[in-house]
Amino acid sequence: MFDFGKWTSAFNDLLLGTGMADWLAVLIECVIIAVLILGVYTVLALFYILYERKLCAWFQCRLGPMRVGRWGLLQVFADMFKILIKELISLKGTDRFLFKLAPYLIITSSVVMLACLPWGNGLQIIDWNIGIFFVLAVSSVGVLGILLAGWSSNNKYTLIGAMRSGAQMVSYEISLGLAIMTIVVMAGTMDISKLVLEQADGWFIFKGHIPAIIAFLVYVIAATAETNRGPFDLPEAEHELTAGYHTEYSGIHFGFFYLAEYLNLFIVSGIASLMFLGGWMPLHVPGWDGFNMVMNWIPSPVWFLLKAFFISFVIIWFKWTFPRVRIDQMLAFEWKYLMPFSLANLLLMTVCVALGWHF
Amino acid sequence: MSDLKEQILKIYPDAVFEEGECLQVNVAEKDWFAVAGSLKNELGFDVLSALVGMDWGESLGVMYYLTSTSRQWTVIAVKVMAESRDDAYIHSVSSLWKVANFQEREAYDMFGIKFIGHPDMRRFFLRNDWVGHPLRKDYDADPALNPIRMDDETNEDETRSFSLDADGKVVENPGKVFEENEYVVNIGPQHPSTHGVMRFRASLDGETVKKVDVVSGYIHRGIEKLTEKMTYPQILHFTDRMDYMSAHQNRHCLCMCIEKALGLEVPRRAQVIRTMMDELMRISSHLLSFGCTAMDLGATTAFFYGFREREMVLDIFEKTCGARMSMNYNVIGGVIADLHPDFQKDVKELIRIMPERLKEYHTVFSGNVIAKNRLVGVGHLSKEDAVNYAITGPSGRGSNWSCDCRKKHPYAVYNEVEFDEILLDGCDSYARYMVRMKEIEQSCRILEQLVDNIPEGDIRAQVPKIIKLPAGRWYQQVEASRGTFGVYIESTGDKNPYRVHFQSPCFNLVGVMDLTCSGYMIADLITIGAALDFVIPDIDR
Amino acid sequence: MGIDRIKSMPREEFKNNDYIDRLVEELNATGANVMVGKFDELINWGVANSLWPLCFGTSCCAIEFMSLGAARYDMARFGFEVARNSPRQADYIMVQGTIVHRMAPVVRRLYEQLAEPKYVIACGGCAVSGGPFKNSYCVVPGVDQILPVDVFIPGCPPRPEAMFYGLMQLQRKIKVQKFFGGVNRKEKIEEFFAEHPEEKGQIG
Repeated sequence: MFDFGKWTSAFNDLLLGTGMADWLAVLIECVIIAVLILGVYTVLALFYILYERKLCAWFQCRLGPMRVGRWGLLQVFADMFKILIKELISLKGTDRFLFKLAPYLIITSSVVMLACLPWGNGLQIIDWNIGIFFVLAVSSVGVLGILLAGWSSNNKYTLIGAMRSGAQMVSYEISLGLAIMTIVVMAGTMDISKLVLEQADGWFIFKGHIPAIIAFLVYVIAATAETNRGPFDLPEAEHELTAGYHTEYSGIHFGFFYLAEYLNLFIVSGIASLMFLGGWMPLHVPGWDGFNMVMNWIPSPVWFLLKAFFISFVIIWFKWTFPRVRIDQMLAFEWKYLMPFSLANLLLMTVCVALGWHF
Repeated sequence: MSDLKEQILKIYPDAVFEEGECLQVNVAEKDWFAVAGSLKNELGFDVLSALVGMDWGESLGVMYYLTSTSRQWTVIAVKVMAESRDDAYIHSVSSLWKVANFQEREAYDMFGIKFIGHPDMRRFFLRNDWVGHPLRKDYDADPALNPIRMDDETNEDETRSFSLDADGKVVENPGKVFEENEYVVNIGPQHPSTHGVMRFRASLDGETVKKVDVVSGYIHRGIEKLTEKMTYPQILHFTDRMDYMSAHQNRHCLCMCIEKALGLEVPRRAQVIRTMMDELMRISSHLLSFGCTAMDLGATTAFFYGFREREMVLDIFEKTCGARMSMNYNVIGGVIADLHPDFQKDVKELIRIMPERLKEYHTVFSGNVIAKNRLVGVGHLSKEDAVNYAITGPSGRGSNWSCDCRKKHPYAVYNEVEFDEILLDGCDSYARYMVRMKEIEQSCRILEQLVDNIPEGDIRAQVPKIIKLPAGRWYQQVEASRGTFGVYIESTGDKNPYRVHFQSPCFNLVGVMDLTCSGYMIADLITIGAALDFVIPDIDR
Repeated sequence: MGIDRIKSMPREEFKNNDYIDRLVEELNATGANVMVGKFDELINWGVANSLWPLCFGTSCCAIEFMSLGAARYDMARFGFEVARNSPRQADYIMVQGTIVHRMAPVVRRLYEQLAEPKYVIACGGCAVSGGPFKNSYCVVPGVDQILPVDVFIPGCPPRPEAMFYGLMQLQRKIKVQKFFGGVNRKEKIEEFFAEHPEEKGQIG
């Protein structure tokens, strides 16, 4: 498998070879990476918007965007230009500072999470020993943005939306964390790159059999709730609260919420592929060497993206099919069923690991 | 009828009877409240079908149409006249028939009749700073008095009720809609789930709804006033634009009312065509209702499936009537155009396809555990309340109240076809939803019986060039998609009606919003509204 | 910035080109910088192809608008399907149905809540002129009395095809407008409100 680490270290050597100071080289690398990640962020978000619009059209016997560019490929660019020039409305009676801060908080948290994903062999930006723990911690910052947006808008709908969101995210974070912990127990590491390497001989969903599959299901449900997507899209429940917590935002501020929503979808799908489907690791079947060779020829970023897109597809499928749950049903589902269940599952996994009942 | 007369004389010896299409009792205002109580409790007139405010020139008054479910749906009319025109008042019957609550507010708004004892006497359709009462014959329509006011309307937290003091004078008592420390959320008039421009003010406790105040009139177009200046054929087109999802049924009702007054015999071919069109309209309406319920619950895809089949019905309409909506198809004496040659083929195709599509809807939406949890047990409306609030149509039948006008007062060819009245005893949103889905099956059944048996003949009876109704008053009901739709016409023998009143089913439906939503969550308010399925232009007219 | 350069919208498909021609003439009278012109074109292309409607319907036309979104007509093909419920995020308000006196200040408020650039379409006979209810005591005889309307779509209710035609007319109109300088749309709107001063509602 091609190791992208060779390129990055070669670039590092090149910079240092010119005789510049270490700190300057690091600074230059940081800037390049920041630009890259913002570029990837935008491209992915635009792709996801089109992806969802095309998919939902497909579910609904429609065509979806067709007129702007071939097969509507330029549709999202038109939307982007439009949103960029839209007027930013500032409102009377709002907390100006918090009102403007909220979209940036949300977008920052999702950019940081994006940086943690294992993009490919050697393509890792933030990689340290508590990687997955860090991702969970950063994801909670997004909730703060939503709460601030709802509170500072000085609107009853946004407030209800924000409160729902707070309750929902805090609750489902537990199941999400427990599902991830189940895998961490099995892998014995929180380091993202090591998590991927552990799956070289088989993805965790196969290695961990029953408890891993349960954890995967719990994760997908909790992730759907985490990203505020249907059937858990209560914070922005369109038909109850007009647009939920971002009702009062216009222009690019709304665009940030819109992008972050899609990017969060990608991020949770990415984490799912990391934790359960082997990240960028190709599908390997022990013993089938020819097959493994063929799989290895497919570049690692393609593997990662395809896995993430697949999980996103499932989550989008949920959204367009299921009706929305009610707030009390949603909380009852989490606290009465999902959380105890995933706790028991964690215990099961621990027993499995302790007794060596996994592959 | 003479039997009923005697019984009424027993409870009210001063009764004056007037001959008409149904028994009419004239009651003096001072006795009205006591008589109303006896009519309801002793003689079993438990449904207030219509309450029509009237301006008879010398005085204002109200026509009440009462129906008795225990006497084979006998209808009687009660005429109550206010004692004076300037300070007209009539005792409120909203404590007996809850449905009168909003209807009396409408009469107050339109005529300025004060209802003594009504707890909440605010305007219903017009702005609270409106000058005058438009349906009065002496209303000053000068636009300078009521210009288009662009300043925002104030929220009405204050209300009033009227009572009589010892000298028989009307006294105003202030009241409150919402207390000061209540958390009131405004829903509408521009809100995606109010299905139009309805406005609810909901007082919340956390996410639980404590009280819903309905503010209506954001699409009140004054149809009833407009009809008074028009000839009978001219007023027909308004019915298509009230409940646009029951366009055929509404227009059918108005045509029937005029035909009844004229004593006109409608050709059989036209009767069959009208019946079939009514049922197609019902299918179309219920499909839309399915789609909107699904959409309000967030299941967007189901909405598209409902609309896919609805397009088939619209195609049938388009081929025969020339329009997808607002068909303007029924005319006095029959229908305006003959059926399109493809009609039978298309209807058969629709009947063939519907059963499997209904199964698909169930799989996609109502079979889903989330949808069931959202609908089952939500928005409880007992049978007693349904009768008291006169909730007819699928919503009433979802509360196990047998109220289908097609069975109770058969019209057109409904007495010749076989179909079941769907009754479910869930009393909740799910029952209302399921009644609609099953009614689609029954409508298909009716269509199946008729599609090959459309008789040859005229599509329209001979009608005079200038239609003048004899002096008198008529009330006609049909089963529209959302319940019993009634038309009241009072004529003085002229070519324009003296008064036309449309008793729309949705008007009653919105009356139970407070009752059904209280105690449920704010998300349920949306579901309950979707399952009751009201159409706003039908409420406001 | 010529009318012939509106790609994907052949001139011969539209019957009333005079109005657009006049608009272009008016716009080009002052001349335009090439750079600014190019940038204008890009933005106009973006705005024209990403018209997000505000969910706003009062009566029958709203049901036809739903049909427009449904599978047969599918306005998603043009990128119109992102119907926003919050006026802050919508681009145009399509007034579908009668506007009565009680509703008039609400519609005006909704219009004021839209973020620039914003457009108004009067859809259906009632919104165009009051329709069959024109003589009523409480109907606004045409929404152009209270809002600066860009496109009128007649019909009762208009067929979905007619709505598409109206929306495409709006797209053409946007494609020839100028974001920077020239005869500015915003000035025209201000002019409109200056002509209807006594009706101006309170903002905020």
